Amino acid sequence: MSSGFSRGKDGGVVAEFEAAEVSLLRSLVSMMLGIVSPGQTSDDPLERALGIGDSAVPSDPVLARLFPSAYDDEKEAAEFRRYTEATLRDGKRADAQTVHDTARPGRAELTAEQAQAWLRSLNDLRLTLGTKLDVTEEIHDEIAMMSEDDPRYPAYVTYDWLTYLQDSLVRALW
Amino acid sequence: MTIVWNDPVNLMSYVTYVFQTVFGYTREKAEKLMMDVHRKGKAVVSSGTREEMERDVQILHSYGLWATLQPDSVK
Repeated sequence: MSSGFSRGKDGGVVAEFEAAEVSLLRSLVSMMLGIVSPGQTSDDPLERALGIGDSAVPSDPVLARLFPSAYDDEKEAAEFRRYTEATLRDGKRADAQTVHDTARPGRAELTAEQAQAWLRSLNDLRLTLGTKLDVTEEIHDEIAMMSEDDPRYPAYVTYDWLTYLQDSLVRALW
Repeated sequence: MTIVWNDPVNLMSYVTYVFQTVFGYTREKAEKLMMDVHRKGKAVVSSGTREEMERDVQILHSYGLWATLQPDSVK
């Protein structure tokens, strides 16, 4: 298994990945690109140029967690969403694409900018899996107690691996 | 006020790192805010004009933190 990230040159990081880990990461970020569709902007050319989009809270719990409401007040929340969600969606997609394009078996060197994209994307993946699995803060103990035959086991182990990678990336960047 | 809420996914190390990166806070201040989020369920992480706080919330959302904005003055 990958030993995680370590500090590289000029604010970048390095990591070594096995081929199986790279294909898992690529399939996870591809799933992400499927879940987070490009920001929907309106037909109005000016609104599109300004990145103004949809104002409704997503009905999918994963999307609702990735794009939370900024205000208690529904009207203010809708207005904020209209001006930000399309940009946020495009950012998450770009981060996922960066992971897809830079993950490779063997030694991977990431620039400082790519490392930030990985950091955010690993978090998006953990939020997505965490929401689907309805994880609690005791997830680590739950996995330790879980039977390997449990149908949830592979997803929990994947979540745990992403947690390990993300924590190691934070520590390499600090 | 810009508020960050506790959730079971975001790592303590990551939340601290994001507060340092987004707001330029010292590690000590970022860790204190992270512990407030963890123990008390939420923390006020920044304040300013509505435009400044909306920008902060948007950046925090780009990092996946659960951030909201509470207008603290009469509109």
